[in-house]
Amino acid sequence: MSSQLDTQSSKPSTALPIHIQGLTKKYGAMYALDSVDLEVKSGEFLTLLGPSGSGKTTLLMAIAGFSRPDAGSIKFGDDEVILTPPHKRNVGMVFQSYALFPHMSVAENIAFPLKLRGVDSAEAAERVETALATVQLDGLGDRDIDQLSGGQRQRVALARAFVFRPRILLMDEPLSALDKKLREQMQIELKHLHEQLGVTTVYVTHDQREALTMSDRIVVINQGKLTQTDTPHNIYNHPANAFVADFIGESTMLPLKSDGAGKLFFLDHLIESNFKTDAARDWALVIRPERLFVAEKGATDSDKAIIFSGVVSEFVFQGETAFALLSINDQYKLAFRFGTDSSSSQNILQAGDQVSLGLNRSDIIIIPQEDET
Amino acid sequence: MNASAAQEPEGLNEKRLKTQGIREQRMLLSLATPAVLAIVAVVVIPVGWLFFLSFLGSDGQFSLEHYQKMIEYKSYARTFVTTFQVSILTTLICILIGYPLAYFLAMLPERLAGFFMLAVLLPFWTSLLVRTYAWLVLLQKNGILNDFAMSIDLWDSPLKLVHNLTGTLIGMAHIMLPFLVLPLYGSMKKIQRDLMHAAANLGASPVQAFWKIYFPMSLSGMVAGSLIVFVLCLGFYVTPAVLGGGRVVMVAMQITAILENQFDWGAASALGVVLLVATLVILFAATRLLKLDAALFGKH
Repeated sequence: MSSQLDTQSSKPSTALPIHIQGLTKKYGAMYALDSVDLEVKSGEFLTLLGPSGSGKTTLLMAIAGFSRPDAGSIKFGDDEVILTPPHKRNVGMVFQSYALFPHMSVAENIAFPLKLRGVDSAEAAERVETALATVQLDGLGDRDIDQLSGGQRQRVALARAFVFRPRILLMDEPLSALDKKLREQMQIELKHLHEQLGVTTVYVTHDQREALTMSDRIVVINQGKLTQTDTPHNIYNHPANAFVADFIGESTMLPLKSDGAGKLFFLDHLIESNFKTDAARDWALVIRPERLFVAEKGATDSDKAIIFSGVVSEFVFQGETAFALLSINDQYKLAFRFGTDSSSSQNILQAGDQVSLGLNRSDIIIIPQEDET
Repeated sequence: MNASAAQEPEGLNEKRLKTQGIREQRMLLSLATPAVLAIVAVVVIPVGWLFFLSFLGSDGQFSLEHYQKMIEYKSYARTFVTTFQVSILTTLICILIGYPLAYFLAMLPERLAGFFMLAVLLPFWTSLLVRTYAWLVLLQKNGILNDFAMSIDLWDSPLKLVHNLTGTLIGMAHIMLPFLVLPLYGSMKKIQRDLMHAAANLGASPVQAFWKIYFPMSLSGMVAGSLIVFVLCLGFYVTPAVLGGGRVVMVAMQITAILENQFDWGAASALGVVLLVATLVILFAATRLLKLDAALFGKH
């Protein structure tokens, strides 16, 4: 079997692209994956982001070969692997539970894939040392797994996944068991590691901030379908629909009315004057709370900004930012977030205040409104 | 605030909190009292009494005569050899049948596993005597098995399946199987599926993954179960007595024979003591060799 696995190269092997077509997996009547098409570029860090039960883990398991899809094609480079058993796929994987072998030491865990590939023990030992150094666990090779902290186990799992130089690396919520501080530190480390290894990486998470922090591109999955695939910047600034706008970052959605001639209004604010209206749909305005600013009293809509006036109905201090709700006409609640430095707006805001909030027209996001959900 | 606490312990309820803690501990301990009393009454006292009796000569004085006899007469040695032989063979048969069975159960979805587990446990709830005689009916010369096998020409003349070692082993393995399967199943259930996925992902074929990951991790349960089976076999009476037909004499049967024929409590006690000591030595050695404390308490 070792002949089928890449063993000999001493430099990191070249990364492989993944081509997925029409991948479908049904559980009973429910589609876990509904004819998914996805291209993962060679060497990119791609994150599958979605709520639990969205199909993101099923997709990852299908790539690893642990779950058998009902239909579809998965290619690593030019090779069709849909029928290849997992042990011949030669992809590294970091499991949510780490899946370290408890009856083996740290070094034995990391050497496991090397032994299976017939790497001689001297070279294996050297590569284990290098891998340990890469994840900053130098000298801990002799430890038992149960002597390690959660963060250390995470690093061992990582070292074991890349030590055999796979050309594709899969990660299934690898940081979810760590506390917040460590998780944020590991996000940066993983990002650096990815740059260092250059390996095609598919990362699964339900944490939108993690996805935004680490990814080259994000795939938002919902109910077995890919909702949007784009860079973190575009996913955040140009969400394709209400699900993405709601799932990633905070947002307020306000319903828009069309005058039938390409103009969209919220109440009497003109939001968009040159919109190619699809008559069959309703549209909504998405406002990111941190993009609002306190406008001068009595200010009105201009070419640059839209001004919303209302009453502050809620005000919460949360440390680095404060959060407020602006009640417009007692009908709409507009979420508003701002910095808490001494010069900031929090000093002039109080619940019950009459306030005007501005939104630059360049920050306007318009999405189709969804009737269902 | 700390300083004031040190100066005025009473003011911060230190004494009352301590008393409450002690009371709770005592209540917990009192829960164990019936069990401790029972063990003293049915284990410690009788075993101590036997121990004492085994050192009493026929004249009522301290003597080692019972132990000397055990060395002199070959029948004693033969009994011990048979006992260990039967126990080891039964344990091996249980492992051969029980490991695949436990593996099968551990792989099944929860509901199905429950159903099949019932099949393993059902004999457990049936009387030992009933099961033993059932085997007699099945295995004897004109029994169901021989009749059936001969009717379909599997063999020509009845096989001697009972009143010998074969019958004893069949019956004992059947009765002992759950004692192996239950702890083994328990330790297999604790092996996360992710570990097997990880092994495959890292390049291990199913066979390699089994031998390098699954088997070593299930070993603790197998050792625990095997020891239970082995130790229970050492003192087994009913099944070898019925299915062995007098040809398979184990220690427990010899003790009965001595009591029934000679009414010699001293000699019988000496046999019991030797069996007990042998068992303890084996358990101790196994614990030391295999780090069994970890196995028995389920730590991998």
